[in-house]
Amino acid sequence: MTILLLAEHDNIALSELTARALTAASQMGDAVDILVAGQGAQGVAATAAQLAGVRRVLLAEAPALEQRLAEPTAALLVALAADYAAIVAPATSTGKNVLPRVAALLDVMQVSEIVEVVAPDTFKRPIYAGNAVQTVRSGDAVKVVTVRTAAFAPTASGETAVEIVTVTDAGDPGLSRFVENRFAATDRPDLGAARIVVSGGRALGSAEKFRETILPLADRMGAAVGASRAAVDAGYAPNDWQVGQTGKVVAPDLYIACGISGAIQHLAGMKDARIIVAINKDADAPIFQVADYGLVGDLFELVPELARQL
Amino acid sequence: MKVLVPVKRVVDHNVKIRVKGDGSGVDLANVKMSINPFDEIAVEEAVRLKEAGVATEIVVVSIGPVQAQDVLRTALAVGADRAILIRAEVMPEPLAVAKLLTAVVGREQPGLVLLGKQAIDDDSNQTGQMLSALLGWSQATFASRIAIAGDRATVTREVDGGLQVIDVALPAVVSVDLRLNEPRYATLPNIMKAKKKPLEEVPVGDFGIDVALRLTVLATEEPKLRGPGVRVASAAELVDKLKAEAGIL
Ligand SMILES: Cc1cc2nc3c(=O)[nH]c(=O)nc-3n(C[C@H](O)[C@H](O)[C@H](O)COP(=O)(O)OP(=O)(O)OC[C@H]3O[C@@H](n4cnc5c(N)ncnc54)[C@H](O)[C@@H]3O)c2cc1C
Ligand SMILES: Cc1cc2nc3c(=O)[nH]c(=O)nc-3n(C[C@H](O)[C@H](O)[C@H](O)COP(=O)(O)OP(=O)(O)OC[C@H]3O[C@@H](n4cnc5c(N)ncnc54)[C@H](O)[C@@H]3O)c2cc1C
Repeated sequence: MTILLLAEHDNIALSELTARALTAASQMGDAVDILVAGQGAQGVAATAAQLAGVRRVLLAEAPALEQRLAEPTAALLVALAADYAAIVAPATSTGKNVLPRVAALLDVMQVSEIVEVVAPDTFKRPIYAGNAVQTVRSGDAVKVVTVRTAAFAPTASGETAVEIVTVTDAGDPGLSRFVENRFAATDRPDLGAARIVVSGGRALGSAEKFRETILPLADRMGAAVGASRAAVDAGYAPNDWQVGQTGKVVAPDLYIACGISGAIQHLAGMKDARIIVAINKDADAPIFQVADYGLVGDLFELVPELARQL
Repeated sequence: MKVLVPVKRVVDHNVKIRVKGDGSGVDLANVKMSINPFDEIAVEEAVRLKEAGVATEIVVVSIGPVQAQDVLRTALAVGADRAILIRAEVMPEPLAVAKLLTAVVGREQPGLVLLGKQAIDDDSNQTGQMLSALLGWSQATFASRIAIAGDRATVTREVDGGLQVIDVALPAVVSVDLRLNEPRYATLPNIMKAKKKPLEEVPVGDFGIDVALRLTVLATEEPKLRGPGVRVASAAELVDKLKAEAGIL
């Protein structure tokens, strides 16, 4: 049983989320091939080829694959699917965009955002914003699965590299055209893979105060920055910082929630962190029910003070 | 251009659900149900397109039990013109939902399907992508901005790195994210008017589509609970604990 794993990357570097999804994929079969779909992505393929336990890397390059648009990327996966028992991707925005399309074209019901592989056809996945966990078995001939990467440790890189095979792209129906990415350049660690996350909520009050209060602590700790939906909606933080049911799901060693009340939709994105710290002026805020360490008080005093103490 | 908006009836987002004691599922008896919040946003966007003269007619469709009429009436009250209820006692999975919607698209011939990026009960985030695949249409997911010009749509998508702008040919399937708009409330006169708008009911069996479940739910359990933590008195004490107890810093 061979598994095909779609790599997450930006044509320059392989995302660590791929190594995490590989851990899940390795539990589903006896061999895993990694597909790098992109443009000018040979370096990514070379990194993928070093991941432990990979059988080989497939490299498909075409202009339409540069941004992994849904239609051509799904077509490529469908063209390759016949050789595999399962098609797997990390549940990133690319994985979530492409894999259900592959599933429909293969007439398969996808299993979304698994957090555990029970057996090659049986998985655990959270539902209702993580308030319940379902064990589901897929009866489909081919499994199509996205992986919640926060639930799996990354597979290590080995010393040796496996073979890289070039595959031809499956063409582009030309339905969609990439216009631009509006990504802010940052030196901070990636939110999805960071060891420490410092998050701010509605209490920050403005984009300036968010920057002045949260970022120094995050930078002091080498942490990624997160935010509640209320903070993103109000424009205090960009959308890619949102943690929660409809944002990113993170499981860092340390999550520091500053001025966040702890709505279930926010908890869905961070309650699997190893240690949770809450800073909130309301002693009854629900966030304290999940916090290992609670600090009651004004965040505008406590957060800078915490940064000084480090 | 006609716009089709699928809307799902789900547990209200304010309800904290409970897992049944025997692990057979989630207890939904007497729980408040509402329109999926993402679908509310999709309906609002369709209404704005109609107000802007881009959309000519808005058809909403729901697959589910007879009570799903309520979410259709809600959508009619904020401005949809017509509703279709596909009666199904067992809620079909996204693949079957997408197949049923494909049949509805065949009949209605919309130029655009707008739907939620995920339903907050099952959190699958699949239906729109599957529908787009089955139709062979262009796909734009997680939209936070939609601009339609002629036979193309420019869609701003919320992705992991920030925002991505793509330009897609119509007809298209567009799934919406929370920041696309703020849905209006239905006014009382409009709620009354909605009662007179057409709502057609079709049994799921009429479609001749296999809706058998492909996934077997073996168990449903409570998530791992976190033990209660401790309060610390100062930032200094917090740093001490993080170092000494948690071994983090
Ligand atoms: C379908 C759906 C999906 C959603 N998805 C998400 C999601 O992915 N992520 C998410 O986060 N939310 C999500 N939400 C929103 C969620 O329900 C909450 O509204 C949101 O998380 C609240 O954000 P907040 O905690 O920052 O704001 P609030 O709830 O307003 O909390 C602010 C907190 O700050 C505290 N505070 C105020 N001033 C200070 C001060 N000076 N010092 C210290 N503390 C202070 C207050 O006591 C309060 O507890 C979703 C909602 C819906 C309906
Ligand atoms: C009462 C109840 C009982 C269930 N029992 C089971 C069970 O026994 N076994 C099981 O495997 N699953 C069960 N489910 C889950 C169900 O079968 C599907 O998996 C789920 O409804 C579809 O996933 P989703 O809504 O998360 O899809 P998503 O892909 O997240 O939905 C995205 C969008 O698709 C549209 N959409 C989705 N469904 C519909 C619909 N029905 N009508 C109109 N538009 C729709 C909406 O616009 C929605 O925003 C149950 C669900 C409910 C509510």
